[in-house]
Amino acid sequence: MNILELRNIKKYYATQKAVDDISFAIPQGSIFGLLGPNGAGKTTLLRMITGIFYPDSGNIFFEGKKFEPVKDIPFIGYMPEERGLYKKMKIGEQALYLAMLKGMDRHEAMKKIKDWFVKFEMQSWWNKKVDDLSKGMSQKLQFVITVLHEPKLLILDEPFSGLDPVNSNLIKDEIYKLSQKGATIIFSTHRMEQVEEICDRIVLVNKGKKILDGSVKQIKFDCKENIFKVGFNELPKPFENNVFEIVNSKDTFLTVKINERYTPADVLEQFLINKSSIISFNEILPSLNDIFIKKVEDTKLARQFEEV
Amino acid sequence: MHKIWLVIKREYFTRVRNKTFILSTILLPLFFIGFIVASAYFSIKSIDKQKIAVEDNNGIFKTSFQSDKVITYEFPANVNADNFKERGYSAFLYIPEHFNSPNDSVSLIANKQLGVDAEQKVKDQINTAIRNKAFLENNINKKVLDSINNIDEDELYKFSTVIKQGDKTQQSNSGLSSAIGFGSGILIYMTLFIYGAAVMRGVMEEKMNRIAEVIISSVKPFQLMAGKIIGIAAVGLTQLLIWMILIVGLSSVASSFISHDMLQHAQNMSPAMGQAGANSAAANFMNAKNTFLEAAPWSLIIPCFLFYFIGGYLFYAALFAAVGSVVNEDPQEAQSLMLPITMPIILSFVIMTTAAGKPDAPISVWGSMIPLSSPIVMMARIPSGSVPAWQIAVSMISLVAGFILTTMLAAKIYRTGILLYGKKVTFKEMGKWLFRKS
Repeated sequence: MNILELRNIKKYYATQKAVDDISFAIPQGSIFGLLGPNGAGKTTLLRMITGIFYPDSGNIFFEGKKFEPVKDIPFIGYMPEERGLYKKMKIGEQALYLAMLKGMDRHEAMKKIKDWFVKFEMQSWWNKKVDDLSKGMSQKLQFVITVLHEPKLLILDEPFSGLDPVNSNLIKDEIYKLSQKGATIIFSTHRMEQVEEICDRIVLVNKGKKILDGSVKQIKFDCKENIFKVGFNELPKPFENNVFEIVNSKDTFLTVKINERYTPADVLEQFLINKSSIISFNEILPSLNDIFIKKVEDTKLARQFEEV
Repeated sequence: MHKIWLVIKREYFTRVRNKTFILSTILLPLFFIGFIVASAYFSIKSIDKQKIAVEDNNGIFKTSFQSDKVITYEFPANVNADNFKERGYSAFLYIPEHFNSPNDSVSLIANKQLGVDAEQKVKDQINTAIRNKAFLENNINKKVLDSINNIDEDELYKFSTVIKQGDKTQQSNSGLSSAIGFGSGILIYMTLFIYGAAVMRGVMEEKMNRIAEVIISSVKPFQLMAGKIIGIAAVGLTQLLIWMILIVGLSSVASSFISHDMLQHAQNMSPAMGQAGANSAAANFMNAKNTFLEAAPWSLIIPCFLFYFIGGYLFYAALFAAVGSVVNEDPQEAQSLMLPITMPIILSFVIMTTAAGKPDAPISVWGSMIPLSSPIVMMARIPSGSVPAWQIAVSMISLVAGFILTTMLAAKIYRTGILLYGKKVTFKEMGKWLFRKS
């Protein structure tokens, strides 16, 4: 079942089409990557999913029913890219206030906050103010505040920015745990290696339009360019052929791109005819980073102001 | 509703627990009372006791001059303009034998200024003596003269102005009512700025800390704005209440420190100065409690004050919130965006200065009906007791309608502005937001 489904969502601002007819679905329990360059319309999309903005047209469905912000918001946790906390308010009180705004009762919120503070070793922070925290510390606090009410749908906009590797891992582990418990997670980021590591599915948007949609594996497969890496005992001498082109040669490896209508077996055959001493033969799938750059470059990178 | 209540509680308690709030709430009345007590004290302290030697060549003044607590008159022999200081006098008064021509001059010789006040008293004594002498010379019986002189006007009759409107009549004291009107007008003027700016700063803080987006994913923008406005209104009322209690409490303590006698002094001194000096203010303030404040229509003033205090605040607070929501990091920007809000407030203050003195002038009447200026101007008129009920009703209804309208308009700007970063917003754009559907 899909926890969230967007159908033909449009949101136009005065000078640009921030989101222009985007549809996609997010299966329950998946870790979903929402990718796109700066200004692609990601934040606007997320703000519509969190009920901050209303779409100009199109529908959002939450757990199969039409999305009603007032009713559904308690099941959503949103950590915006621009982190925000009251600087002068005590951390404990602040966490309690924000949890209660999400609809938790005082007693329950208090208990949850204490559990999380223990888990993240933040107990001594209770009476401190956000002003006293480092960037990484306030990031951890922000994460705790976002997940306190155990949302079914967790939306994280660049969750690891400003975190050191240790704290990054800490939060990454928590995200996995939440996912195992059944939460659906939407990631919005430009850090492709994280997406590759964490996400099951992705959607790539640019200039308000959806460019790619699917599982990471499928997308990589769809975008592969028939490139193989061949390892030798000794690099063979170059020879003429129609089957492949050498893209790169390094140490005792050749990277080759197979021409259309030929198969990997044809490549091997060519080398074997040449009596080359092959020791390995692997397909190189494109990284998401390559796919991202290639797809985005196809469209004009910078947004232009336009009449709507 | 539950969520608005949470926002109200947060806004209220974070402010009330703040050190600046506690300090300003307690220190301001202390400062106010302290100022009055100090000025009363110093004005009494500064009364110099004078001993004046009089050379009375025709002998009529000796019987007539009356010493009082401040000035003592003595008629010693062998004291002249050269040696009065050595003999322990502060001044020497020379009175010639005859008073036939303006050339006969009475001279008061002193080696430092006696003060306008003391000079006036000496002159009064001389005038009275001369007048008495003239009465006696014209066969007016001494007994009759004394009885005429001893008439105390306050015991003969009481002066009062009565306002009559249809069947209703009302005691009036125009000096007092204009003072109360002016005072409440200023108080509302100040609170509009103080609490209005507090709302604006609160909104700016939320926008700049980027917490607005976190909160708006849990509550509606309107709930957040309304919660903030109501929370700060509660802070304002708390502060007002504490001030009232402290001022009433402290002033009764202060007045018991200053004896009635000393007050009498301060009051006697001040009319002679010909101006409302600090000491007269002090004396009036202390006296006010017992005498004329009772005449003011308090049962009308207090509820109206609360209404216009809250109504005026609500009318402007939403506008201040809207300005706060469109401001980016630059405080300069806030200044220029605030201008359209501060102008009408300042204008109302100007109208109010007229309205306090002339509550029925056309500008006062109009100013007290239009919600932009009514909170300040109407409060200046009400203490006079001459405002017809229908005018109060129209003014109140239009203020309520006004703040509902400003809140609705401001909410539209606020909703967009609070999430918009890094862009300078023009009035034209805000205008577009107003007419856009959600």
